[in-house]
Amino acid sequence: MAERCAVVGVGQTKHAAKRHDVSIAGLLREAAQRALEDAELDWPDVDAVVIGKAPDMFEGVMMPELYLAPALGAVGKPMIRVHTAGSVGGSTAIVAAHLVTSGVHQRVLTVAFEKQSDSDAMWALSVPQPFSAPLLAGAGGYFAPIIRAYMRRSGAPEDTGIKVAVKDRRQALKNPYAHLHQPDISYEKVRDSMMLWDPIRFEETCPSSDGAAALVLGDERVAASKGKPPAWVHGMAMRSEPTMFAGRDQVNPKAGRDCAADVYAQAGITDPRRQIDVAEVYVPFSWYEPMWLENLGFASEGEGWKLTDQGATALDGGDIPWNCSGGVLSSNPIGASGMLRFLEAAMQVRGQAGEHQVDGVRRALGHAYGGGSQFFSMWVLGTDKP
Amino acid sequence: MSPDSGGRRPVAVVSFAQSSQVRRQDHRNDVEMLMPVVEEVFSRIGVTKNDMGFVCSGSSDYLVGTPFSFVSALDAVGAWPPMRESHVEMDGAWALYEAWTMLVAGDADTALVYSFGRSSPGQLAKILTLQLDPYYLAPLWPDPTALAALQARALLDAGLAGEEDFAEVAARSRRQAMANPHAQLAFNRSVEELMKDDYVVAPLRRHTLPPITDGAAAVVLAAGARARDLCERPAWITGIDHRIETHALGARDLTDSPSTRLAAEGAALGNPPDVQVAELHAPYAHQELILRRALGLAPQVEVSPSGGALAANALMVAGLIRIGEAARRIMDGSASRALAHATSGPCLQQNLVCAMADSATGGER
Repeated sequence: MAERCAVVGVGQTKHAAKRHDVSIAGLLREAAQRALEDAELDWPDVDAVVIGKAPDMFEGVMMPELYLAPALGAVGKPMIRVHTAGSVGGSTAIVAAHLVTSGVHQRVLTVAFEKQSDSDAMWALSVPQPFSAPLLAGAGGYFAPIIRAYMRRSGAPEDTGIKVAVKDRRQALKNPYAHLHQPDISYEKVRDSMMLWDPIRFEETCPSSDGAAALVLGDERVAASKGKPPAWVHGMAMRSEPTMFAGRDQVNPKAGRDCAADVYAQAGITDPRRQIDVAEVYVPFSWYEPMWLENLGFASEGEGWKLTDQGATALDGGDIPWNCSGGVLSSNPIGASGMLRFLEAAMQVRGQAGEHQVDGVRRALGHAYGGGSQFFSMWVLGTDKP
Repeated sequence: MSPDSGGRRPVAVVSFAQSSQVRRQDHRNDVEMLMPVVEEVFSRIGVTKNDMGFVCSGSSDYLVGTPFSFVSALDAVGAWPPMRESHVEMDGAWALYEAWTMLVAGDADTALVYSFGRSSPGQLAKILTLQLDPYYLAPLWPDPTALAALQARALLDAGLAGEEDFAEVAARSRRQAMANPHAQLAFNRSVEELMKDDYVVAPLRRHTLPPITDGAAAVVLAAGARARDLCERPAWITGIDHRIETHALGARDLTDSPSTRLAAEGAALGNPPDVQVAELHAPYAHQELILRRALGLAPQVEVSPSGGALAANALMVAGLIRIGEAARRIMDGSASRALAHATSGPCLQQNLVCAMADSATGGER
C-alpha cells in the first residue's frame, strides 16, 4: 500500500552566472539549509538524501555525492545520486518521493544543483562520440532545427518565441532568486538580440547558471505535524524514449505525451488547461513554450502558439500562467532546473511564491525534460490530501 | 530511522545475466556489450522489454569520457514505446535499490535493472582520483590503490591482519573464480607463491589489487505473485539498505566499516547474519577482512564463491553482479539465505547490503 507524500519544505539559492562566493558544497548547503528551515527540521531529522545533477563533466568532479556526503548531513544515512540528463532535477524529486511512498522513509531531503562556472557545459555537451551524430554547438544547435520544424508545421508567426522570452524575463523580475533580472527587457530588445542558432536568438535562450534547489519530502504524519501547508503529490511519472530512430516525432515526443497522460490519470485531470492553476514547465529555449503547451495537452496540436500569443500563459491576466518564476529562460543551473520547476509548483500550491504567486492555486504542474527531448519527469501537486 | 521491514510488498530477483568480464571490450560499444546481456536476462524467464514496468540503470560518464553515456546505452533495451525509466550515476546495485522502492510502492510489478562499465578506455587510476574532494584532496592526485594501501597499512598497524591474510583472500578468491565462467582473473596459486609478488604500493602486492575490467550485468526484479509466475525459486529481498560515510579519510577509522554494519541492520540482518553465502564487493583483498568483521560473518559462511571483485571488477557493475551471484544461489537451490554487498567511493566509503532468502519472510530464523 503506497503512502502519501507531500512537499513540506523548499529552498533554493540565489542563482547567478558565477557563484564564486561558495564551493560546490556551500552552494548545495545554501539551498538545503533553507529547505530544512522551511520544513522546521534540522539535519539529524533527515532519513535519507537524494541528490541529482546533470553530467559530472559540468563541474569536473566524478560522482560528487561522495565528497558532498558530510556537507549534506548524509553521514550514516542512505544517499542516492540520480542522473537522467536535463530532466534530472525532476527525476531526482521523484526518486526521493518513492522513498516516501514505498514507506521506507518518512523524511527525505533531495537536492539538485549545477555549478556551471566550474566548467564549460557547451564543451561537456559536445564531446564527439564514435558512431553518433555530433552535437557540435551544444543544446541550442540540437534544438534549433526541431523548433524550425515546429514553426513550419504549426504555421506559427515568427515572433511567438520573442513573446515567450519577454513574458518569462518580465516574470523573473518578481522572483528574487532568478539569475536574470532585466528591467529593460522588451520585445525590441529580444528581437534585436544576436541570432545564435537560427531561429533562437540570444535573448530567447537560457543563461548558464550556478544554483541549487532543495526539497524536503514527508509522509502523511510529517505533513500533519507542520505549521505550513503541505503540497501533496497527486501524481508523478517519468518516461524515456530513444534519441533517434526513423519516424520519431521530436517536435511532439510520445514520451512527453505518455508521461503527461500518466500524471493526469493519477491526479484525476482530464482538462489540464482548466484543472491546473499554474504550471512550471522546462522551457530552455523560448519556442518550447508553445511546443510543450501542445505536448502537455493544454492546447491541441498546432494551436499552442495561439495561447502564448493571446497572453493565456502570462502571470498578468492569463488563465493558465506558465513559468511565473521566470522559468529556465531566467535561471538555468542545469541539474537543478528541473527541480526548480517542481519546487516552484510546490511554492505556488503552498502560497509562498511572493510577488509571483498566482491567487487561489489548488493544483500545479512541475515538468522537466532532457536529452534530445526524450526524458520526461512531471508531477502534479495539490492543496488537498489525495 | 531503521525501516520497518514488516508488511512491505515482497520483491524478488527472478533473473540475472552478465557479460564476460574481460580486460578490454574495445571492439564493442556500450550498447553492443549490453544487448546480449539484456537478451539473456529476459530469455531466461521468457519475458520481453514490454513486460517491464520500470527500467533503471547504473553507470558513470567518467569511465569512457562521455557525457550522458547512459542515453545511448538505453538503445540496448529499445525504449519504444516510451518506458518508465531512470538512471543513477552509481553502481547498478543502487539502481536495483531505486527499482526496489518503485516496486515496494506498488508503482510497478516488474523492473529491469542493468549496469555497464568500461574501465579500459582511460587511465583508471587518474580518473578515479577525480572522485575525490575537488578542493583539498583531488589536487594531490592520490590514486585509489594508494588510498587502499593506507587502509591496509592501518589494518596491519592495528594488528587486525597480516600480509599473509591479504594473500590468503586473494588466493582463495582467484581459486574460486576458476569455477566462474565469467571471471576475468582466475588461478590456483599458493599463499607462499603470492607472497613473492612485488609491492605495487606497500603493503599492497600485485595479487591484492582488483583487475581492470569491462563488463555489463542485468537483473529482473518482480513483486509478489508475478515473481512466483516468472521464477520457480525467486530470491526474495528480505531487506536492503545502504549507508555512506564521510569523505574525509582522516576522520574515518579505515579499519572498520560502520556504514556496512548500519546497512546490514537496515537490511534486517542479524549479527552474525544467518546466511550460507555472502557475495562481498571488496575490490582490494584486505577490504574483505574489514567487511567480514563489520558484518560479523561466521567462519562457515561461503564468501564470494564467484571470486568476487578480485576476479572481475567492472566499475558500476561489480556491485550489481554481487546481488546477481547471491540471488543465483537461491534461484538454483544451492542456498536458502544469502547476502550481497556493494561498495562505492575510496576505501569503502559507501556500502549497500541486500539480504535474500528463498521465502519472502526470510525463512526459518
